[in-house]
Amino acid sequence: MTIKEKGQVLLEIAGLKKEYDGAVVLDNINLSIHRGEVVVVLGASGCGKSTLLRCLNGLENIQGGEIKFSGKSLTDKNIKWQEIRQRIGMVFQNYDLFPHMTVMDNILLGPLKVQKRDKKEVLEEAKVLLERVGLFERRDSFPRQLSGGQKQRIAIVRALCMKPEIMLFDEVTAALDPEMVREVLDVILGLAKQGMTMVIVTHEMGFAKAVADRIVFIDAGKICEAATPDEFFQNPKTERARQFLNIFNFK
Amino acid sequence: MLNSGISVLVEGINLQRLLAGLFVTARIALISIVIGSVLGIMLGLIRTSKSKVVRFICRFYLEVFRIIPILVWMFIVYFGVTNMFNIHLSGELVALIIFSLWGAAEMSDIVRGAIESLPKHQIESGRALGLSFWGLYRYILIPQAIRRLLPGAINLSTRMVKTTSLVVMIGVIDVVKVGQQIIERSILKTPTASFWIYGLIFILYFIVCYPLAKLSKILETKWES
Repeated sequence: MTIKEKGQVLLEIAGLKKEYDGAVVLDNINLSIHRGEVVVVLGASGCGKSTLLRCLNGLENIQGGEIKFSGKSLTDKNIKWQEIRQRIGMVFQNYDLFPHMTVMDNILLGPLKVQKRDKKEVLEEAKVLLERVGLFERRDSFPRQLSGGQKQRIAIVRALCMKPEIMLFDEVTAALDPEMVREVLDVILGLAKQGMTMVIVTHEMGFAKAVADRIVFIDAGKICEAATPDEFFQNPKTERARQFLNIFNFK
Repeated sequence: MLNSGISVLVEGINLQRLLAGLFVTARIALISIVIGSVLGIMLGLIRTSKSKVVRFICRFYLEVFRIIPILVWMFIVYFGVTNMFNIHLSGELVALIIFSLWGAAEMSDIVRGAIESLPKHQIESGRALGLSFWGLYRYILIPQAIRRLLPGAINLSTRMVKTTSLVVMIGVIDVVKVGQQIIERSILKTPTASFWIYGLIFILYFIVCYPLAKLSKILETKWES
């Protein structure tokens, strides 16, 4: 076990159940995510891993179980999602920048209009973050003038600028051209090194291996296996995980 | 013959009368476009509501104005409603009311269509940033919807300008009616009067509608770049 896992539990999922029109998508999901930990969620398409992420910041309502975020129950009826979402950053598969705003306006929207922070301070922070992803000189561009990889890096900066305590990445490289995948994954790897708590859904096995403290393998809406990357990739315990990993092996 | 006929345009105060008629046309159109747009935008936003009852009521309102011809609406209010409640409403006021309500109905559909055409993940990424319901509309949905609804809204405006020619049926003296009066008076002396007068009216309508079309083009290219 890595040292990181000694951090306190930030996000606790217990008995989570999610249904769409009676069809069970997620069933009895139990997972604790510690501060500073990077959890990568793997699984075949349609197994419910994206849905799991969306449940964590209230984009989907759940039918059973409980989610606790730094000790606070997110299943409470009176939960103020607007406040919770400021602390849980999320980046999606589609380039989800707002097309009518420049890069900088995209980044400033949340901190200024939602968090009502001081503009000077946010600008300074945005500059540091943009420089880190190598896109500061594109701050006045519109999203349509950027490549897919650049847009995704901006989307990450936009989420980071809210100073979230945890980041959720929902297949952020799935819609990208292969040569742009690396630049986005490098940003996420950098965040991992800094100790950002992250839950990552991805199909990039090499990346999963490199970034994860823990791999959670979901099959048919259930957690099938949870292990360190070394254990999972070299010696998967379940037959289902073995089959899944075989898909990625070309021999 | 045609050469001699053109003078009918400047004879006496004919030109001033036509321009005064055009002013009536433009005034009815402009005021109803403004009122119709404001009401229509509000109604269009309401139509994106999740409540089925609210959506049905708004839809019903739209269909009522689509199915019943504008002319019939003006007759209903100008002759029917005034008679029923024993009140007097001027023709122009009735025209303003009907055109505003019609504009609002059509505009609401354009606004609803524009908002619903926005990709769903725009809403989700806005929500994921912690935006409130109103923040989402104010910063994400409305600014993007305006760009999408512009062609339809301008089209509606020019339609409204053109349809004002119906107001003559409830006794409003608009540019077409003034033209008819001039033609009737000059027809014996100038047999080609209708060609010149209607020709001028054609150009006047063009002058009113063309800037609208041009404006939409300019805004579209500006937002595209």
